[in-house]
Amino acid sequence: MKKIKMIYLIVIMMFLYLPIVTLMVFSFNESKSMFKWTGLSLRWYKEMFTDTQMLSAIWNTFSIALTASVVATVIGTLACVGIMQMGRRSQTAIMGLNNIPLLNADIVTGISLMLSFIAFGFYLSWGTVLMAHITFCIPYVILSVMPKLKQLGAGSYEAALDLGASPFYAFRKVVIPDIKPGIVSGFLLSFTMSVDDFVVTHFTRGAGINTISTLIYSQVKVGIRPTLFALSTVIFLVVLVVLVLVNFVSGKDNGEEEFFYEVAQG
Amino acid sequence: MYRKLMATPYLFWVLCGTIIPLCMIMYYGFTDRTGNFTVSNVLAIFQPVHAQALGLALLLAFVSTLICLLLAFPLALILKGSSWGRKGFIVFIFILPMWMNFLLRTMAWQVILEKGGIFNTLLTTLHLPTLDIINTPAAIVLGMVYDFLPFMVLPIYNTLMKIDDNVIEAAYDLGATKGKVLKDILLPLSVPGIASGITMVFVPSLTTFVISNILGGGKIYLIGNIIEQEFTTSANWNLGSGLSLVMMVFIVISMGAMSKLDKSGEGNFI
Repeated sequence: MKKIKMIYLIVIMMFLYLPIVTLMVFSFNESKSMFKWTGLSLRWYKEMFTDTQMLSAIWNTFSIALTASVVATVIGTLACVGIMQMGRRSQTAIMGLNNIPLLNADIVTGISLMLSFIAFGFYLSWGTVLMAHITFCIPYVILSVMPKLKQLGAGSYEAALDLGASPFYAFRKVVIPDIKPGIVSGFLLSFTMSVDDFVVTHFTRGAGINTISTLIYSQVKVGIRPTLFALSTVIFLVVLVVLVLVNFVSGKDNGEEEFFYEVAQG
Repeated sequence: MYRKLMATPYLFWVLCGTIIPLCMIMYYGFTDRTGNFTVSNVLAIFQPVHAQALGLALLLAFVSTLICLLLAFPLALILKGSSWGRKGFIVFIFILPMWMNFLLRTMAWQVILEKGGIFNTLLTTLHLPTLDIINTPAAIVLGMVYDFLPFMVLPIYNTLMKIDDNVIEAAYDLGATKGKVLKDILLPLSVPGIASGITMVFVPSLTTFVISNILGGGKIYLIGNIIEQEFTTSANWNLGSGLSLVMMVFIVISMGAMSKLDKSGEGNFI
């Protein structure tokens, strides 16, 4: 029985990671074709730094992801504090609204935002993609921060006020440190979702703007340049190393299990 | 009082980013190009091309959701019982693939499944008959299962981990068989996770246009492909919005069913 379980786990892991390994292997392929292996080469890794179209896609992807997740984290965290003060009924209503972008289909989110941007006279560009990304990132922040805030309760904040702290000081010194893990995982989750997003970006970007995802999609029909495999391999490995390092470094004093959980959520 | 005001930017954002955009789809769906009221965009779903696309999308989404459930439940059970079933590590394993671009991961299946691809080369060396599923609905289902499996595994795993081991031990002590524990304890207590997993796989599968485009060879049309084309190549936003409204009926049904079965939201995937 134990053997069967082990085999099952291994098969599922192979299923999850086989395509990733395939892409990594083909990023070292000499030929341009995805279907023929002609020999080992670093050609695509070199090309990565000279392809201006790709460099701008990288810049757009990460500048949007970083800005969107920072803005979403700030708005979302403040919102959680405000929502906690409201009555039960408004809380349920707001959480219901919060779930809409999360559970709704990406294509609906994408086209509905596109229609609104155009109706209100926004020119589709970097800015509209950013606003769209903030919209779908905020719910992740709220879902991560809200439980931490509920755990904390109002007691310690009020105690700080009674002891003479100003509301801002109490918030910064008492509330923030306690809900920090929620804020961090909300931020990381937002960042991941933003980088991995294709559908919403596809509808809200202007003609001249590409992110890594939309650049890949534009090449699906004509054959994807392996430079993009090389780029994705680099991104994947960087994230893997960072996650493992962060876990390793903080594992000693933070309780390994918990920190891995927080980071892994991103 | 001023603390309530901290939610203002968020509420403003919900209004502009969620409520108004949904109203815009309604507006476009029920008007024609000149802005007059019409129901023809919504009724267009009954045209054979559109009805077939919706039917196929529902079928493929149903099949892939079922396969995900059948794969994920035993997996979650094994993970619960295994020694490396530490929560952080499991979440890590299933979220990590998202850092390889979603389109490329799906593309990779083309390479794997292609006639002369890795999978068939392997089958040929083993003297087995080759499997020719690329550019068929089967390949699309495989892509859906691959892309959305984590969204089924994580909620089920999360609810299973919340079940007190003492409850299970008590059942065994009282003479329950393995099957009975599964049927009367593990399954009923993981309903919130299952419900949330089903929604999180069914909705994106039903509405995808990317997976069908990449693995269907551009010849198989799901409702998502039709809507996407109305907004990009055909530029008939009214028709696209009307069809989206029909598609949203199914999304709302599955969201409603989920909130009934998962009242406290404990089946959340994070």
